[in-house]
Amino acid sequence: MIIPGLNCDNEYCMDISGEHLIEADREHVWKLLNDPDVLKKCIPGCESLEQNSPDTFRAKVVLKIGPMKASFNGDVELKDKVFPSSYRISGEGKGGIAGFASGDAAVNLVEENGGTRLVYEADAKLGGKIAQLGSRLVQSSSTKLAKQFFDTFCEIASQEATV
Amino acid sequence: MSEGIGARVLRKEDKRFITGGGRYTDDIVEPNQRYAAFVRSPHAHAKIKGIDKTAAEKMAGVEAVLDGKQLTADGIGNIICGWLIHSKDGSPMNMGAWSALATEFVRYVGDAVAVVIADSIANARAAAEAVAVDYEVLPCVTRPDAALEKGAPQLHPNAKNNLIFDWELGDGAATDKAISGAAHVVEMDFTNNRLSPNAIEPRSAIATFNAAEDHYTLYTTSQNPHLARLVLSAFYQVAPEHKLRVIAPDVGGGFGSKIYIYPEEIVCLWASMKTNCSVKWTSDRSEAFLTDAHGRDHISTAKIGFDKNHKIVGLKVDTIANLGAYMSLFSSAVPTYLYATLLSGQYDIENIHCNMRTVYTNTAPVDAYRGAGRPEACFVVERIMETAARKLGVDPAELRRKNFVTEFPHQTPVIMCYDAGNFGANLDAALAASDYAGFEKRRDEAAKRGKLRGIGMSSYIEACGIAPSAAVGSLGAGVGLWESAEVRVNPVGTIEILTGSHSHGQGHETTFAQLASERFGVPIDNVQIVHGDTDKVQFGMGTYGSRSGAVGMSAVAGALDKVETKAKKIAAHMLEVDENEIVIEDAEVKVPGTNKTLGWHEVCLNAYMAHNLPEGMEPGLKEGSFYDPANFTFPAGTYICEVEVDPETGHTDIVQFVASDDFGTIINPMIVEGQVHGGIGQGVGQALLEEAIYDEDGQLLTGSYMDYAMPRADDLPSYQVSHESTLCPNNPLGIKGCGEAGAIGTPPAVINAITNAIGNNDLSMPATPSKVWAAIQASGVKQAAE
Repeated sequence: MIIPGLNCDNEYCMDISGEHLIEADREHVWKLLNDPDVLKKCIPGCESLEQNSPDTFRAKVVLKIGPMKASFNGDVELKDKVFPSSYRISGEGKGGIAGFASGDAAVNLVEENGGTRLVYEADAKLGGKIAQLGSRLVQSSSTKLAKQFFDTFCEIASQEATV
Repeated sequence: MSEGIGARVLRKEDKRFITGGGRYTDDIVEPNQRYAAFVRSPHAHAKIKGIDKTAAEKMAGVEAVLDGKQLTADGIGNIICGWLIHSKDGSPMNMGAWSALATEFVRYVGDAVAVVIADSIANARAAAEAVAVDYEVLPCVTRPDAALEKGAPQLHPNAKNNLIFDWELGDGAATDKAISGAAHVVEMDFTNNRLSPNAIEPRSAIATFNAAEDHYTLYTTSQNPHLARLVLSAFYQVAPEHKLRVIAPDVGGGFGSKIYIYPEEIVCLWASMKTNCSVKWTSDRSEAFLTDAHGRDHISTAKIGFDKNHKIVGLKVDTIANLGAYMSLFSSAVPTYLYATLLSGQYDIENIHCNMRTVYTNTAPVDAYRGAGRPEACFVVERIMETAARKLGVDPAELRRKNFVTEFPHQTPVIMCYDAGNFGANLDAALAASDYAGFEKRRDEAAKRGKLRGIGMSSYIEACGIAPSAAVGSLGAGVGLWESAEVRVNPVGTIEILTGSHSHGQGHETTFAQLASERFGVPIDNVQIVHGDTDKVQFGMGTYGSRSGAVGMSAVAGALDKVETKAKKIAAHMLEVDENEIVIEDAEVKVPGTNKTLGWHEVCLNAYMAHNLPEGMEPGLKEGSFYDPANFTFPAGTYICEVEVDPETGHTDIVQFVASDDFGTIINPMIVEGQVHGGIGQGVGQALLEEAIYDEDGQLLTGSYMDYAMPRADDLPSYQVSHESTLCPNNPLGIKGCGEAGAIGTPPAVINAITNAIGNNDLSMPATPSKVWAAIQASGVKQAAE
């Protein structure tokens, strides 16, 4: 039997994935995936996102996990870009005494019936106090945050396409 | 009514404990007090590239922000392990440097990097959050077996492959030979789950440096304040002993976790000197989970051989013990001389060999926790005995009985010499109390209710009364393990007993007073126990390893002997009789059969008035004694656990638990029973519920009571506790010790019972419902029950 988040070997399982069908062409979706304004709207709790270079950003994110609420300062980076079909978006932040959080998502775009299917696989890590007190909630919180990111993104992408 | 040895008197200390009148370290308030908050690593392994303190230093109420470079620059020494073990190749153990505040690397989540001293807890914590530490995160390893693998992340440069030592005990070749020629061989793998200690009072310290007097005072939650002072002085160079007073006031539980000197106490002392303020730190529960030394965490394989008559011919054990990121004070002794030496169990085994590798991992330091090494040994021996009985198709009780040591003294092949015991008597008592013969009927009845009922036993032995100083010295101990006591009789006949033992739940204020009551017939209310203060008690080695009775009380008995002798001399002089005619009882000093009688108080008063003393006698009535034990003591017994498992959910109910112990002389049966109850509770916790779990990144997943399951009242049955005692021949009172037995004997009894119920022997601790359910599915017993 698998207890959510913990398998019988006491290793932490982290499997966050999902897919969405977006009513927009692939190159348009790709463009939005690289747009800092869109990313800022999609990253849950993102208070600021400043572009340092074409693929790196400085971010301030407020996260609430279980009993903990902490402000994280960190970096967001777009990596392994393959136009217009895939990249990785990764972020890493420090929350002072609360610890640290990092996340990474591989995003794939596949053309499908004139639209675009977005498939993602994400991974999240927490450390320090936020992990100590919120470890039971890491799986559910990470899944929720990833879902929130891509739900918002798809909503924006679909809206832009229909405008 | 007698209040002496064997009297079930209520605990004197309970009035203040249950009315909130206790005085714990955090209750101490000094006039110029500041608060410390530690900046701790959120990473299991990282290089410290820089620490930016500027923002924190400017914050409200901040007195100072101090780091490890300042600490080492001030000459504060590294934290040490006090027991030197040599590997089998003769090389000394590889002790890695442990600075109270990390300087270059952090090695576990919670490793202290810096400290903020501020005018309130809130300001200290806020500023600690503003200390910016730049970490370069390194790969980490948390499992002991993985730490030894090629390519594993390396923790300390002087410990190649993370190996601290590779040690052995016993004759390997002879054991191999005996087992290879055995008629029956049983092999098993074991994991002894890692535990968090969870004393009810978290650790705390308040340090005061008095610059005018160049003197330090430290209040701290310690089980052994004198040892703390010795180590703080001799190794950490905080202050010389005569300029450092250490006081351990009321302490709310220790279970071993408060033996050691941790970074926080050292830092509080040093920070007090740096800031010229009193510095207080009290751990919160989150810090306690991260930083209190954990217990257990062994991985073992064992092989036992039997001849055709089911007599054991040899036992071979190979164990890896996880010692965490740094070597704590007694960490090396626990998996060696407190573990391998007990692998003979209650059995007459000619050949035993144990190989022990200890390793560093990116986890909290691991050290003694209630039982310390002995629960791990008992688990190996008693699980493999039960398993062997099942494989041989014989009654587990009879297989044990057949192999019991029956003649004493008995020299085992692993150092220990058992001095007394009657293992068969404890087994018989437990079998009778548990209605062992009627079990099958109960199993059938439970099956009708859809429950799987199982029975399991454990015949444990432990070594207590730690320890003969010369013997442990020859094995690498950095200290002697004797105890001291002083008995001060006041002019009015009341008595103060000063002891180096420390009470943090054991009830010494009652039981030690009972010794004086037994000797002189004075009420225990007239006896005060003084302990826990290096300015009051001359020296002592503290309380751990169930030693306060066997060693601490023996020292008291020695001092009482001397007081009794002098009191008799004084009385003989007053009554003009020979001192050999004098008897002291019921607070009277008299010559039996005559009317020559003095009140105890009259003799005491005369000792101090000194108007009428024997010629040449010094006034006063105060004597001291140092007691160094001649041998370890060997409490032993049999525990029988009966469980009912719900095959649908895997939930285990302990429906009966019987304990028959041999503790030697019992001073206060009520207190001893309480110790057994608590020990069994902790044993059940380990068996069913508790495990400290790190994920692969070295984050502690069980860092709060939401995730670390402690036993609660409804997890525990009403125990049946009884005693079949043989006296310890090696100390004056015949005491063996009772503090750890429950935690040692219980886990294998519980697991033997569950595996008996479910018909699958492959079950590790903690036996959570999910594991038990999975084991039931694997065994197919569920169908059989239906």
